[in-house]
Amino acid sequence: AFADSSFSVAALFSETVLLTACAASKAFSVKLQILKYDLSASQFSPDGRVFQVEYAVKAVESSGSIVAIRCQDGVVIGVEKILSSKLYETSSNQKIYNVDRHVGMVISIARDEASDYRQNYGTDVPLKQLANRVASYMHAYTLYSSVRPFGVSAVLASYSETYGPELYMIEPSGLYWGYRACTAGKAKQAAKTELEKIKASEMTCEEVVKEVARIIYLVHDEIKDKLFEVELSWVGKVTNGEHRLVPEDIANEAKRLAKNALEEDLDDDD
Amino acid sequence: MAVEYDGGVVIGADSRTSSGSYVVNRVTDKLTRITDTIYCCRSGSAADTQAIADIVAYSLNFHKMELDEDPLVKTASTIFRDMCYKYRDSLVAGIICAGWDKISGGQVYVIPLGGMCIRQPFTIGGSGSTYIYGFCDANYKPNMSKDECLEFVKNAVALAISRDGSSGGVIRLAAISKDGIDRTIISGDQIPTFYNG
Repeated sequence: AFADSSFSVAALFSETVLLTACAASKAFSVKLQILKYDLSASQFSPDGRVFQVEYAVKAVESSGSIVAIRCQDGVVIGVEKILSSKLYETSSNQKIYNVDRHVGMVISIARDEASDYRQNYGTDVPLKQLANRVASYMHAYTLYSSVRPFGVSAVLASYSETYGPELYMIEPSGLYWGYRACTAGKAKQAAKTELEKIKASEMTCEEVVKEVARIIYLVHDEIKDKLFEVELSWVGKVTNGEHRLVPEDIANEAKRLAKNALEEDLDDDD
Repeated sequence: MAVEYDGGVVIGADSRTSSGSYVVNRVTDKLTRITDTIYCCRSGSAADTQAIADIVAYSLNFHKMELDEDPLVKTASTIFRDMCYKYRDSLVAGIICAGWDKISGGQVYVIPLGGMCIRQPFTIGGSGSTYIYGFCDANYKPNMSKDECLEFVKNAVALAISRDGSSGGVIRLAAISKDGIDRTIISGDQIPTFYNG
């Protein structure tokens, strides 16, 4: 999922305003250091941090959560899309995209890389390669002062006969790892705790779809973000290696079960 | 020429490089290594095919480093094809890319003059090939064993050498499987003889 760019700009702005207001305090000297070294990605701070990248991470953490699980025969991705207005046309702000027939992801540079690979080498791009290239691209944006890092944690998923199901997540810094299950966004800690309880490697895609929906509904903050949609997609044996949105009936069933599970929990509290 | 069998491919070629009627090299090795399990048979301009094979071997090696796995025969033939098609107006190169990979086993891809690429169970190329189309079509059987393939290729190349002035020298044979390449050379009186007058 990606944070809107307005979030990252807003975050940066509020930081600098806060710091100039602290001029008189004793903490000034420490904050001043941050002030000097956080304005461009081309500078390290004295303690070896690149603040711009950390701010980009903060931008991601304030966005809607995403949950992705790799199971024995595929990968399922779910996104909590927080709607800021009731007037939005449903499903017009898609957050999960197809990169190539067999890969689902969330930035479009990946499309160029995937199709170039196919053009040059004649086969589907292995996800590890694609993740490496996209990560290198994102990392490049953390090196220069003339651009800012992407405020995005990108999740890449694919399924192929050769490599099986694969799941990668790339952070704004350009670091990436392969995962059995991963989360990003607002409720990533809570979602992570839930994910650790699931033994996804023994489950099929259909079962995992229900889990993903359940977790998103569980960690969703009813009070702060009343309006939200859940976008679910999968790629695996069940789709013949093609990445696509989960069919409406299965998705609706999963969401219904998730809502019921929530209500059951509420009852238990009595 | 090259023939697929279950577990690998058999490739074979003559050893004559000529410049008009002068034989520049009578012991040429036309079976060129791209990777340990992918080889190519070169025909046409020696300079063009050597240059292309070098470039493809280089790119594939780089690709192998990135991929951290052995490259596929299909990938090698795609790179061959891209080059042969892109520079088709300047090149005279007929290439057979054959080898073994763990995904699809033994494969033979032929990239003739214009730069198309197609996979075939067996294929022949070069000037001498025109004389043995009939022989090959009559004697090829699907699902041959490695030894049957070797015999088939040996006889075919021998016949081509016998009729084509631009072909001659020794017969170089090789079998490529998951264990790499196994080369043999047939020279002198060991070359099969057929009706001679």
